[in-house]
Order: sequence, then C-alpha cells, then structure tokens
Amino acid sequence: MEKQNFLNVKNVYLSFGGIMAIAGVSFHVNEGEIFSIIGPNGAGKTSILNTITGIYPPDKGAILFEGGDITRIPVHKRPLKGIVRTFQNLELFKGMTVLDNLMLSRHLKMNYGLLSSIVWFGKTRREEVAHRRKVEEVIDFLELTHIRKKYVYELSYGLQKRVELARAMCLEPRLLLLDEPMAGMNTEETEDMARYIIDLNEERGITVILIEHDMKVVMDLSHRVVAIDFGEKICEGIPKEVAVNPKVLSAYLGEEKWI
Amino acid sequence: MDLNKTLPYYILENLRKNPKKTALREKDYGIWQETNWEEYAAKIVRLAMYFESLGLKKGENISIIGDNKPEWVIAELAAQLLGAVPIGIYQDSVTAEVQYLLQASDSTIMVGEDQEQVDKALDILDELPRIRKIVYYDDRGMYQYDQDILIYFEDAIAAFEVDTKKVDAYLEEKIAALTMDDIAVMCTTSGTTGKPKLAMLTHRNLLFMTESLAEADPKYPEDEFVSFLPLPWMGEQMMCVVSALRFGFTVNFPESAETMQADMKEVGPHFVFSPPRVWENMASSVQVKIMDASAVKRFVYRTLLPVGYRYAEYKFNKTKPGLGLMLTYKFSYLVLFRKLKERLGFSFLRSAMTGGAALGPDTFKFFHALGVNLKQIYGQTEISGISCIHRNDDIDFTSVGSPIRGTEIRITEEGEIISKSDAVFVGYYTSRHAKEETIVDGWLYSGDAGYFDDNGKLVVIDRMKDLMHLNDGTRFSPQFIENKIKFSPYVKEAVTVGNQRDYITLILNIDMEIVGKWAENNKIGYTTYTDLSAKSEIYGLVANEVKKVNAELPPETPVKKFVLLYKELDADDGELTRTRKVRRDFIEEKYQEIVEALYTELESVRIKATIKLQDGRERTLDTNMRLYVM
Repeated sequence: MEKQNFLNVKNVYLSFGGIMAIAGVSFHVNEGEIFSIIGPNGAGKTSILNTITGIYPPDKGAILFEGGDITRIPVHKRPLKGIVRTFQNLELFKGMTVLDNLMLSRHLKMNYGLLSSIVWFGKTRREEVAHRRKVEEVIDFLELTHIRKKYVYELSYGLQKRVELARAMCLEPRLLLLDEPMAGMNTEETEDMARYIIDLNEERGITVILIEHDMKVVMDLSHRVVAIDFGEKICEGIPKEVAVNPKVLSAYLGEEKWI
Repeated sequence: MDLNKTLPYYILENLRKNPKKTALREKDYGIWQETNWEEYAAKIVRLAMYFESLGLKKGENISIIGDNKPEWVIAELAAQLLGAVPIGIYQDSVTAEVQYLLQASDSTIMVGEDQEQVDKALDILDELPRIRKIVYYDDRGMYQYDQDILIYFEDAIAAFEVDTKKVDAYLEEKIAALTMDDIAVMCTTSGTTGKPKLAMLTHRNLLFMTESLAEADPKYPEDEFVSFLPLPWMGEQMMCVVSALRFGFTVNFPESAETMQADMKEVGPHFVFSPPRVWENMASSVQVKIMDASAVKRFVYRTLLPVGYRYAEYKFNKTKPGLGLMLTYKFSYLVLFRKLKERLGFSFLRSAMTGGAALGPDTFKFFHALGVNLKQIYGQTEISGISCIHRNDDIDFTSVGSPIRGTEIRITEEGEIISKSDAVFVGYYTSRHAKEETIVDGWLYSGDAGYFDDNGKLVVIDRMKDLMHLNDGTRFSPQFIENKIKFSPYVKEAVTVGNQRDYITLILNIDMEIVGKWAENNKIGYTTYTDLSAKSEIYGLVANEVKKVNAELPPETPVKKFVLLYKELDADDGELTRTRKVRRDFIEEKYQEIVEALYTELESVRIKATIKLQDGRERTLDTNMRLYVM
C-alpha cells in the first residue's frame, strides 16, 4: 500500500541527558490525511515533530518518508523532499514585508548565482518571476492580498500566524507539520485558520501533521489522532475513539476538561 | 439627439477601431492583468455562444451576483447581445433577498462569483425551477461541489473557439437583431420602502444618459476608471459599462475590497462617481490617519487645511481670491494637499461626482479644500441615474446643479421634483401599477421635495415623505441633521427621530475603528462594540459632537437627546438598504422601547435583546442604555 508508507515513525527514542523525551513511539501517517498529535504539556509532542524535521536526530529508531530512510538527513535538505513545518513561536523576519518573507522562503528553490542576480537579467529574472507567481498563488490562497506590502511587525498576531503558514506553503510541501497554529488566536481567527488547513489538505492534497491544544479543533479537523504522554504513545485511532479512551482521559485528568 | 446605436454596437466599434487597446485591467496575483478589446470582445462572444447553447433568448433574463470583476461585465454584455436582460444583485445580499430577486426577475441563468454566492442559490434551488445553469468564475473551494447545474466560467466558454473574423461577424449578426427600445438592463431600486423593484432601462435610456452626462463632464479614450462600487447600482452601470463602451476608456478592477485604496492609488483614475458614503469614509480616514501621524504632520495639517477651506470658499462664491491667499494656497497645495490627493489616488482626478443621496456640506468643503473638483449629481435609477449636475465653474454645496442636456425639470404645487427626458425608464418589471404611480404624462415623479434657487439651480430638501414635523408644526429634514452629525469622524450612522413628537432625538452608531483608536489613546479599555458604545467617556465624546451640530441647526429644531445604540445598523438585519441608506421607519419600530424611553424623563433604559452575529450565532444582551440629555 503506497499510501500507508507516506511517513513511518518506527520505535523512536530521544533523550536529553537523563530525561527521556520520547520513549519508543511508533506511528504512521497516510498520504492525504490530517494527523494530529495530542498530549498534555511536556508530553513530547514537539520533540516528535523535531525528530521528523531533523532538528534532533533520534537516539534510536528510524523515520521513513515514502519508504526512504530520512532519519539522518540534515535539516536543510528536508524541505526539498517536501517536509516543511511552521513554528509555534513565529519564525518570520519582522522587519521585512510579508512579500519579502515569502520570497525569501523560496531561496532553497532558487538556482541562479550571485553574479547573475546582480545583473538581474535573462534566466535570473525569469526565475524570479516564476517564484513570485508561486508566492502570489499562496497569497491568494490564504487571502493575504491586503497585507502583501505590510511589514510583519505591523500585523496582528493572528495575521502573523497566517503569514507563518504562508511561508511554509511557499515551499510547496507535501507533508506539512503545524506546531500549534491556533495558539493565542481568537475564535474568528481560529475558525479561519481551520478553514485554511482543511482547504490546503483537500484542495491541494497536502498531508498535515498537527499539534494543537484546542481539542475542538483537533477533533473536528483530524482524520486520525495519536495521544502521547510522558514520551510514550498511549493511544492511536480516529478522533471519536481517542476521545473516550480511558488512558487519554487519565492523562488529561487535572487538566482542563476538553471533551 | 439622434441615437441609433445599441450598447453592444460599441463593442464592435471599439474592436474595429482599437483592437489592441486595453479595455479592462484586473489586479490578480499582485499584477495588473490586461485585456484588450480584441480579447474582451472574444470573451463576450464566447459566453454569448454558451448562453445561446443553453437556449437563452430575447425575452428572458439572467441574474449576476458578485464583486466587480471582468466576468461580471462580460456576462452582462453577453446577455445583452442575445437580447436577454441582465439583472445585477448586490453581492452582500442574504439568501432571502437573492431568492426574491431571482424569482421576481424570472431569471433562467445565474452568474455568481464564487462559493459564497453559489451557496445562496443552491440553498433554495428547489424553489427556482427556471434556473438552467449557475455559472461561477472564481473556483476557490468549488472542488467540493459536483452538482450538474454548476459550471465554471472558463469551462463554459472553452467549447467555443473563435477568431477575430468570427467575433466580428457574430457581433454584427446579433446587433442587427437589437433595437434602441429593447430593454438593456434592469436595475433594482434601492427600496427604502419595502421590496426592491426592477426598473427596466432601454438602450436609448442608457445611451442618452451617457451622452448627456459626457457633455457636462467629458470622458476620453485615454482615461482610467476604477470600478469598485456595486455593479447593480445604476451609477456604476453608467460608468463601468455604458460610458466605458461608448467612450472606450479603460476600466480597472481592484484585487479585493480590502486592497481597493491601494489599487486606486496605483491606477490614479481620471474620474470617480461614488455615493456620499464613500466620500464621507475617505474624509474620515484622512482624519484618522492624521490623528496617528507625527506631531509635525499634525501641525502642518491643522495649519494648512484652513487655507484650503478659505480658498474653496472663494470658489463657491465665484470670486477671485487675493494674491496673498493665492500664494498661501499654492504653498499649501505643494506641501500638503498634493500629497493627500496622491494618497487617496486622486493625482490625475479630473472630475469627482457624488450622487445617490445628499452629501454633507462639510465633506463637500473638505474635498474642495484639497483641490478635488467634487460635484453633486442628482437623479434616480428610473431616469438612468442622473438628471442634474454641477458644472465645473459653478459649484456650491446647497444645490445639485442644473439639468443635463435634454432633461426638463419642474416642481409640482406640492413641492415635488418631477423630470422628463429620453432617459426616463419604461416601467418596472411585472409591476404595471407601480409604474403608473411613478410616471404621469411622461413626467417622472421623484418623491423628492425641492425647489429652484435664485440662480435657477435645483435644491433637493429630502424625500417628500421623510420630511418631519414636530408637534408644534415646525418642519425639519431628518437627513440634514443626520448628515451634519455624520461628518464627525466618531459617528458612523445616525437616525433622526422626532416626527409628531415634542423634540428631536438621535439614535447613533459610533465608528468602531475611530472611536476604538480614541479609546486606546485615552487608555479606556473595552471589549466589544456594545461595551465601547456604553462607556460614559464615549457618550461625552459624542455629546460634544452633537453640541457642535446643534450650534449649526435652526434654533427651533435642536437635538435634545441621543442614545448610542448597542449594535451597528446592518443591511442584513434590514436596518439599512443595500446602498446603505437608513430605513428610519423600520428602525423606529424595531427599537420602539428605546425610542419611547427617549420621550420620557428616564435617564436610562433597560434593554433585553438578541444580537445575531456575522457568523450566524446569536447572543442575548441585557443592558442598561444611557439616554444622554443635551
């Protein structure tokens, strides 16, 4: 089954000194689905994301993307494979415009050299135009036209988060990892963001791994969910099953009621 | 005037004369994408062929709903070419309104922009047996739909390949079948009373109007125009469709409503025709931005703006200012006004028009101070939009100018304005009765009260039936008071109450953006619109504005009390018309409790209400509303 081999996380371990952040977690993500990782604070959700994007190589275990082992591939090479993430604490250049941020994100895909970019002629120019077109398609998709030329620091937090998503989308991901895209947003912004995530998944066929604390969002959007606690997988399945799993409930005991 | 060419004829004329000249420009993906006359005509013809394949023919109607985009106009012209009649529906209409208009117009095809508009029709498809196809032209999100009745614009015309020769021949053939007295378009009348009616306008009506208007306010093929007002509105039809075809200028479509201001700045249109609301918004947006500007800029603005006002005063009085004022104005223009105009996108503006309702004199003066040649026009949809206009050298802010060529205007004994010209419409669709009330012996009864001033120019007072009387018989115009208070940047909407009562009161909406900013600057915390409206500081702020208005009103009709309403008036709730005029009767009835309380000794009134939020959720509200006594 081609689809099921899209992303395979196999028995991954990660520790920081004496602390075991991930203790043998395995799961797989199917192509075309929205897959959520949930768990209480400090459960190891972001650590898992970091092993997939290569920021921390796992101590043990393997991560396979489309059948190929990517466990040890350097971080900067992963976006070219189609693995792109957004950050919980926005990683944008605040003193640059939205458009410049987005154009910059495509530098990985730019092929011209220093000299030709100074002359700004021929191939360089054509390439730049093509990149701008891709960026504009994302701007159109995420409805950012009215802030295209605004500086990032001028924007509200909700809009900055949308720009962060746009930045990731400009890399033409096939697997998009979203780290708390709704954190700190009001209801309206959350609903908008949810809409964009559904659209990019359904319309553009991008596979999504989502970490999110807003359980309503997780339950509404996800096709499948995995629950993590103390670095261990406690449950995996469709949202309805996970929501009533006693282990999940006990992991969340003492936290806010979310179902 | 000898008019013998129908509207589609001018597609052909432009195609033959200037095939490579830009007809339309649309900002898409951040770039102005151009369509020349050749491509434009080809698209119209291809869509007409598609419509024809659906069996659309003379005597049938189609509805179009969506933001201003080339496809809107292409659909309109394609229908016209076949002798079918296009009807525009305001894009922010709710499902019930769309349903009413689709049914009342017997539309057989609907052209809707996107998912939002298509959804409105799909919701009620069972009740629309006549609809054969729904064409959409923005496919965002449409991947979820598989109904057979839907088709994407590009797919619809894809089957019809044409070359220039074929386009030419097809146009010629279709034009030959049209006459000047065929209905060209149906426009909804604004309907401050009840349901909108569909006014039928012929090719003769429209072309007569555009020619007559151009005589007073010329247009050239090199001109640029930005289309941002709703296309169902007669004024936009006149500019974006009829005049653009007749004079061959370029029409620019902004990227989205939010980018309009920036896009306008990029284009620099040669003329603008907007209802008062747009001008008022622009004037207050300037004032807000100044509030936010640095101290130096504020100082320059406050010092030099009065110079502009003084200079404008001379212009209104048709006298020449002295050398000193001339020089200071020149200086002020270079330092301030030129820059302000550029920011508003008015650098190349030759003529600016306001119409559809009365514009407050203060806004009028403001734009003339800036050097914007703002002119008042007067007219109704039923007379193709315009019957009077200010002439370039003859501008004042009380009158609406003198009649355009070929238009006769009289005042009846009751003081009602009536007019007669070739632009007077032929009637309302399927409503003979309403027509007989409106046209008597060829005279169009406007329902507006007015008179001719000493210079022979028409002055419009208010709607006949809107004029109000206090219990002691004093007559006053509610609109006049509303326009005065609305010039305050803090007040967004105003409703005057006082007919058959002892004194005048106001129900006001604050401008959330501007008052919100003011609150921030003054360290006043707030959460929602309702909360902000109830703050005593805000009441104080608005009371000051009302005080200023009272100083300018006749001493026998001051505003005695006002209240800041807990919600914004909204067309979706029926409180405003789609062209955003207040529906006073409806509001007075809906907020009866508040209105009654305004005429008691009470200082506040307890209100329990349900508010419908934009996303459809409801919220109940239980609050004490303050009634501010002046």
